[in-house]
Amino acid sequence: MNNKYISDVVKNIPPSGIRKFFDLVTNSRDIISLGVGEPDFVTPWTVRKEAIDVLDRGATTYTSNLGLLELREAVSFFLKNHYDLNYDAENEIMITVGASEAIDLALRCLINNGDEVLVPVPSYVSYSPCIELTRGVPIYVPTYEKNNFIITPDDLKSKITSKTKALILPYPNNPTGAIMKKEDLEAIKDIIIEHDLIVISDEIYSELTYDGKHVSIASLPDMKERTIVLNGFSKAFAMTGWRLGYIAAEHSFIEAMNKIHQYTTICAPIMAQYAGIKAIYECEDDIEKMRKTYDQRRRLIVNGFREIGFGCFEPKGAFYIFPSIKKTGLSSQEFCERLLKEEKIAVVPGDAFGPGGDGYIRVSYAYSIDKIMKALERIERFAKKIF
Amino acid sequence: MSKKMDIIELLNENSRLTDNQISVITGLSEDEVKEIIKNLEEEKVLLKYSTLVNWEKTEKEVVRALIDVRVTPQQGQGFNAIAERIGQYDEVKSVSLISGGYDLSVEVEGKTMKEIAIFVAERLAPIDGVLSTTTHFILKRYKQDGVFFTDGPEDKRLVVTP
Repeated sequence: MNNKYISDVVKNIPPSGIRKFFDLVTNSRDIISLGVGEPDFVTPWTVRKEAIDVLDRGATTYTSNLGLLELREAVSFFLKNHYDLNYDAENEIMITVGASEAIDLALRCLINNGDEVLVPVPSYVSYSPCIELTRGVPIYVPTYEKNNFIITPDDLKSKITSKTKALILPYPNNPTGAIMKKEDLEAIKDIIIEHDLIVISDEIYSELTYDGKHVSIASLPDMKERTIVLNGFSKAFAMTGWRLGYIAAEHSFIEAMNKIHQYTTICAPIMAQYAGIKAIYECEDDIEKMRKTYDQRRRLIVNGFREIGFGCFEPKGAFYIFPSIKKTGLSSQEFCERLLKEEKIAVVPGDAFGPGGDGYIRVSYAYSIDKIMKALERIERFAKKIF
Repeated sequence: MSKKMDIIELLNENSRLTDNQISVITGLSEDEVKEIIKNLEEEKVLLKYSTLVNWEKTEKEVVRALIDVRVTPQQGQGFNAIAERIGQYDEVKSVSLISGGYDLSVEVEGKTMKEIAIFVAERLAPIDGVLSTTTHFILKRYKQDGVFFTDGPEDKRLVVTP
């Protein structure tokens, strides 16, 4: 970025590791990609139909800033029903343009210049840049395969300073597939309270949990008032392109975030909002079916990588595996570039997800069993060359 | 029950999956998978492990037709006797009782259109109880058993996303 008019903060944000790899992949032909971070399912038909119907009836206006009350009621019902969370539809829930906007809003409503925000790594690529855009300071909390990639009390404590304001809690995790169970959350809860931290709990993959039910940290005693729950429709209902997310938090947080949202975004698209209501009330079966399909693929791909000879942590959530490639002696970037060039398979280098990600690759299983089996054959052929 | 359904659905999708692959995918042991499949075969739930072939891409000349058949149901037997009677012919690939203007839908396979026409005229139509037949030749298949014969919809997702 040579343009002298661009602000320092934007200039200083490093280019995305995924972007670099994306350019490489786009220039290749006939590849099998296991690099995608979105469902391979199409949004359930009832939901698509609803959007078409409301458009037909002329739903083309703004909605209230917080979103349609009917949708907030649906979200309130969903959160209660699925995670035993109690949020008032009128005061404690707002609809956003995807969970991505929700991340931005949560950070912007909390961060003063120089405030530190704890970010477990490896994790989703947006947190650090969004923190930097708010003039906050991202502080990485490394998580380790030996700990199942969860945040342990010691990891957390070691990174807290007097400037620490908030903790991002991205579980089920992209890219590791790790989840934090109730006892894991309970183990860090007291530290969070003791240091008066706010938790930004990004639960976008909550419906894709394969070992018991997802537990939100906001459901633990004394945690609701210091947690901002972020979630959305993209992963649970296969609605990525609709850009529909939501935030659940105490009224004062919602009020603050809505202040930003009303000036920057106004509201999420109205047709997506109507479709979201339909999704919540009529698509439980679809969620269940998709989860089951992901679970089958998960077992297949984990087993496949292990049989080839990679160490592979067993993910309990999301739709990624995060196998170790350390025994190849290659860096993640080298491994992925060679796999792409030699076998035409695209996966994402682990270091794109922050420090600690090198030595791993992220492999998505949002693909058919057939495609996964074909990809595994090629990966095996590649592994035989480099092991 | 649900694991049983899982196996049925997996095999319905790909009958070449090995017991080992099914065991990995479902999380059952290989022995359990074998046992369930054996039972399903004995109960005649699983009837045959077949393949969906796009004959157009082979040297074999194949013509298929769907024939709407109107029949007189028989006393005490309904449509069953005549449906089974029609099903006796090797040329007949499927026979189904359908609702609407006709009673039976019969799918017939032959080498040429003429062969099928002769089959209908000489074998099917003269059967006692058959009132009328209407033959529709299949000209092109787009999708069968959930599989596209044409290229079908493509994966529109970007190849790499965070």
